[in-house]
Amino acid sequence: MNAAVSALTPYLKRYSSALQVTPLSVVLLLFLVGPVIVILIFSFYIFNGFFMEPGFVTDNYEGIFTSFNTLEAYLATFKIAAITWAVTLVFGFILSYYFVFDIIAFRWKIFLFLLSVVPFWTSGVVRMISWIPFLGKEGLLNRALQGIGVIDDPLEFLLFSEFAVIVSYVHMYTLFMVAPLFNVMAKIDRSLIEAARDSGASAIQIFFNIIVPLCKPGIAIGTIFVVALVMGDFVSIRVLSGGQAGTVLMSMRNQVDVLQYPFACASAVLLLIVLLMIVGGIMSVVDVRKQL
Amino acid sequence: MKSGEKIRRAPGFIPRTIFFWLFMLFLYGPIAVIAILSFQGPQGGLTFPMTGFSLHWFKDVIDPTYIGDFRWPFGRSVILALIVMALTVLVSFLAGLAYRKGFVGGTVLFYLVITCLVAPSFLVSLGIGLGFANLEMQTQWWSGGLGAHLSWTIPIGVLIMLAVFARFDRSLEEAARDLGATEWQNLRNVVIPIMAPGMIAVGLFGFTLSYDEFPRTSLVTGTANTLPVEMVAVTGTAATPSLYAVGTMTTVFSLAVIVISFVAIYFVQARRAGRARSVQARYGKKPDESG
Repeated sequence: MNAAVSALTPYLKRYSSALQVTPLSVVLLLFLVGPVIVILIFSFYIFNGFFMEPGFVTDNYEGIFTSFNTLEAYLATFKIAAITWAVTLVFGFILSYYFVFDIIAFRWKIFLFLLSVVPFWTSGVVRMISWIPFLGKEGLLNRALQGIGVIDDPLEFLLFSEFAVIVSYVHMYTLFMVAPLFNVMAKIDRSLIEAARDSGASAIQIFFNIIVPLCKPGIAIGTIFVVALVMGDFVSIRVLSGGQAGTVLMSMRNQVDVLQYPFACASAVLLLIVLLMIVGGIMSVVDVRKQL
Repeated sequence: MKSGEKIRRAPGFIPRTIFFWLFMLFLYGPIAVIAILSFQGPQGGLTFPMTGFSLHWFKDVIDPTYIGDFRWPFGRSVILALIVMALTVLVSFLAGLAYRKGFVGGTVLFYLVITCLVAPSFLVSLGIGLGFANLEMQTQWWSGGLGAHLSWTIPIGVLIMLAVFARFDRSLEEAARDLGATEWQNLRNVVIPIMAPGMIAVGLFGFTLSYDEFPRTSLVTGTANTLPVEMVAVTGTAATPSLYAVGTMTTVFSLAVIVISFVAIYFVQARRAGRARSVQARYGKKPDESG
């Protein structure tokens, strides 16, 4: 065994990187590149209303680009993504600022940070379902508000609405903003802040002129995660929107349900291109790899 | 912070503290509601009020009477999560080693990893599902489902590994090589022990993300569902509080996995610190001074 190993060592050394990266490449080829190619091929198939046949037509794309629904769906998706992004960004900033600058003991910083990310390792489905008894017409929040006399009739907009969807997104995705922001904020050199304070900068000036610019890489990474997750979600939107929100993913999901695969594939290709443009735009401004 | 220094709280400390605890309430409150409602009385429904306090719905999960048997899906999810965990740790660790040295196509592959992370789950699921159908194969949780999970856990695992390797002190390896360690000895006795906490973390991500995965799995489980897919299926039909009971049980299970991982990380680090101390005691100086 040892002799064999030492005989092979020069070759292993020479090609070690290639060998080490082979499993990753295989996984990416099989389960990313492969599916995308399949989607691309199917997006050009002929669909006669009932069946699909192999072919190469651009009808599916023409259908998407000439339909007013597409524009509507994208606007609805962007709106939800923008609101979720803004809320998670503000929450992310407050929380990481709290961990980094307000909490002094290192142990507590880590503990409180972990407390806010532990749900990431628990079931997203459970966390999503858990809003139903909380926000429903008979739900806890309505009962509580009625109990203390703030409202007479239960608020109906709480559940099965865009509101419920956004609440669930904020609930699930804030930590994707907190983690990268916490990471970059913790690296900020305190002497910069001291220097600014000594030069007479107010807390607000310090925040907007020093902390926010230095947090840009964290904002970028958090934004990539939140936007991609929101724009790619169809679970929360299906269960919690009650059919109120017609996002891109909802229409794709509906097309799959009625077996209109070529249409769904064409919209998937378009969505992937839109997403990659957003992510590419962000990554061209901030070097994400440097942040690792 | 020096002990003599007076702690000066930044302005806005109290509002931020209140915000933090309100956020905790927001984060854990709904799950707590689910946990309470899973003890609903046998006649109770999906919302308050509680008609009693019973273990009825937990019994229903363990020994189902009518709809939804969660036991098999749970078993499948655990087996799948273990496989995904092992593969994620292995593939990410090897990729991390490769990226340390750099290789042709490294940048392209990195962008593919990012693409894999941001690609809509639905697209991956649909692509894998249609791919299997086109090859006239039936996708199953252990085939198409496994691939769908890996397409989510491996990019995250690789990013964590890159981050952990970026903080890796190369001088320790240099020292080992100077003392005559072979590549294998270096890997086994230096790199892996130092990387162990990071690898456990990647394992935690691999296990939990797979165990809880729904969107990428939704179109590729085939005939037998994983637990999250089964739970969403039940949500759509006549749900009973047994859905909450299984939600509570799976959350407790996840928490146990998290605690075990953290204990393991703590144990590994404590053992390393202990070894360093014993080296120090034997040679009368710190190990980093002796190298």
